[in-house]
Amino acid sequence: MADTAKPKGGGTARNSGGRRRNRSGAAQKTADEQPKVLLDYYRQMLLVRRFEERTAQAYTQARIGGYCHLNLGEEATVVGLMTALKDEDYLFTNYRDHGYAIGKGMSPRRVMAELYGRSTGVSKGWGGSMHMYDTEVRMLGGYGIVGGQLPLATGAALAVSYRGGDEVVMCQMGDGTTNIGAWHESLNIAALWNLPIVFVVINNFTGMGTTVDMASAEPELHKRGSAFRIEGVKVDGRNVLEVRDAAADLVERARAEQRPFLLEATSYRMKGHSVVDPAKYRTEEQWAEAKDEENDPIAIFAKQLTEAGVLTDELREEIAASVKEEVADAADFAENSPHPDVSTLFDYTYATPVANESRRMPADPVFAE
Amino acid sequence: MSVITYRQALRDTLRAEMLRDENVFVMGEEIGVFEGSYKITEGLLKEFGEKRVRDTPIAEEGFVGAAVGAAMLGLRPVVELMTINFSLIAIDQIVNHAAKIYGMFGGQTSVPMVIRTPGGGGQQLGATHSQNIELYYSFVPGLKVVAPSSPADAAAMFRAAVRDDDPVLFLENLGLYNTKGEVPDGDESVAEIGRAKVTREGTDITLIGYSRMAMVAGQVAEQLAEQDISVEVVDLRSLRPLDRETVVESVRKTNCAVICEDDWLTYGIGAEIAASIQEGAFDYLDAPVRRVAMAEVPMPYAKPLETAALPSVESITTAVKETLDAVGRRVG
Repeated sequence: MADTAKPKGGGTARNSGGRRRNRSGAAQKTADEQPKVLLDYYRQMLLVRRFEERTAQAYTQARIGGYCHLNLGEEATVVGLMTALKDEDYLFTNYRDHGYAIGKGMSPRRVMAELYGRSTGVSKGWGGSMHMYDTEVRMLGGYGIVGGQLPLATGAALAVSYRGGDEVVMCQMGDGTTNIGAWHESLNIAALWNLPIVFVVINNFTGMGTTVDMASAEPELHKRGSAFRIEGVKVDGRNVLEVRDAAADLVERARAEQRPFLLEATSYRMKGHSVVDPAKYRTEEQWAEAKDEENDPIAIFAKQLTEAGVLTDELREEIAASVKEEVADAADFAENSPHPDVSTLFDYTYATPVANESRRMPADPVFAE
Repeated sequence: MSVITYRQALRDTLRAEMLRDENVFVMGEEIGVFEGSYKITEGLLKEFGEKRVRDTPIAEEGFVGAAVGAAMLGLRPVVELMTINFSLIAIDQIVNHAAKIYGMFGGQTSVPMVIRTPGGGGQQLGATHSQNIELYYSFVPGLKVVAPSSPADAAAMFRAAVRDDDPVLFLENLGLYNTKGEVPDGDESVAEIGRAKVTREGTDITLIGYSRMAMVAGQVAEQLAEQDISVEVVDLRSLRPLDRETVVESVRKTNCAVICEDDWLTYGIGAEIAASIQEGAFDYLDAPVRRVAMAEVPMPYAKPLETAALPSVESITTAVKETLDAVGRRVG
């Protein structure tokens, strides 16, 4: 259930909820929903799960380079948030962005091709894992610098407001981001200028290995908007419908009221910080939590759907097979796509060509004979 | 032809660009109600209103980044940073974001924004307010850095910067705001970014500078002309891209060069120019390339110390004469 921190009036913030969901309430809610919609969420979540598993595999096979952060364990958060946005709304995220890219509408083929560094990738092989971007679906970037996306997203909301537009900007980040200067500056500006933006903190309880308690003097992150009079809500990120409802509520309020909101979604990172992180710093208890099926958003949702009679064994197999096929197709597409041509090396330094741009290769003399 | 100050040229051009394109708006600390620390935005709030003349909190990273985000959606923000020293607080947004977004996402979204900011020492502002750190930005592909030295160039290059689709750092100088120069009436010329300019032709030696030092180089040339020394002055105008050709062409003609820079010598802009000269005019050089630059200290407050630390007409003149001595053209 959503746990609301109101900036004014004090004392209304509760932090007891969030970690353990209300099962009977969830089952009731599930029964009221359109089966088609619910099954679509389930499929999207499974798609993110299988896509990321395939990504990890391709990484270990050296098909993917660089840093690589997965959304495993965050499928309900990803799908819940993305279904709360309209097509015309904008999205900025941090580097853990593959699932969001797919959720906002990028084809898994082009996301996988970007991971493979191929010219058919969403960013033509210039971005890689941390830099998914597609103007068509208004996913305006995964960003690798912690906090870097906050001022950008705030500026995008400023542009919407400047033009009197109806779009909302969603700005996703991790729990560690709430301690960087850009957080404070951006939330202040967004509140000061009444910008239509929803800041979303994915709280998986750790930065890389640094826990929220170690890094944040106020570990109840949804309360941290109160310094800027930004209303904050906390939601159980394991439950896709709760995430969607909380996010949709804030997105629509941002649209209607032209002001910023803050959403904290708790979730469990099923693996290390990145593909290469064995997470040795985790205690046995923390590992147990992360691997507990009770905390697995897909298992939780499957159980809800089965109990509500929406998901049958037959449907489950059918969806699993179609997702498997889609992920295999994405990997095949990436594998068979061309590498970017080296002749394009200087194509994207500047949008407006100007005199004396350097096109020198490493060993070239500065002055051509 | 009118004679106006550098400040006036900037203000008039900014206003004209705002009238021309409603996507152009200005943002920065104290630019609206206070009308700008150096009054470049004087009168603009009254004329254009709060939407287009936006006072920001003291949050350089936040508002420079917001300008980048607004530019990504097609607006054309002109951000004022009160001095270039404060750009360090925004450097992540300038270097890691503004400069990267076009390339990192495969050319999908450009970032048409201008960051206006003055550098400059000599105002007794002490160590943190007297730096010339344009090098930090000139180093970065994806950014354009321009540094006009005259009112006419300030106007023509500002038009170019606003209309360019890439992030442009527009370097001004505290020592230039009150300088005057001729600007053609009704001028709407748009300068080409990336082109240096020979501002004075000469045959004996090439003097290279940008921003305030290009103006000082002109003064040196004027004085030396009275001693029958013919100095060619090259105003770099653009630090990225850098017009090496114009520099080298001049040195091939004069066979020697002195570089004047307001920044520190070691690793400074002049080092890049000197390296370019040795590569492009090695066989033409009759003397080592000299650099006149700021003393390598945090800028002191006390006037005699500050004056001693800064390049001047006198120190540049000395370097020119010593270089001509080395060439064998002994001068008084």
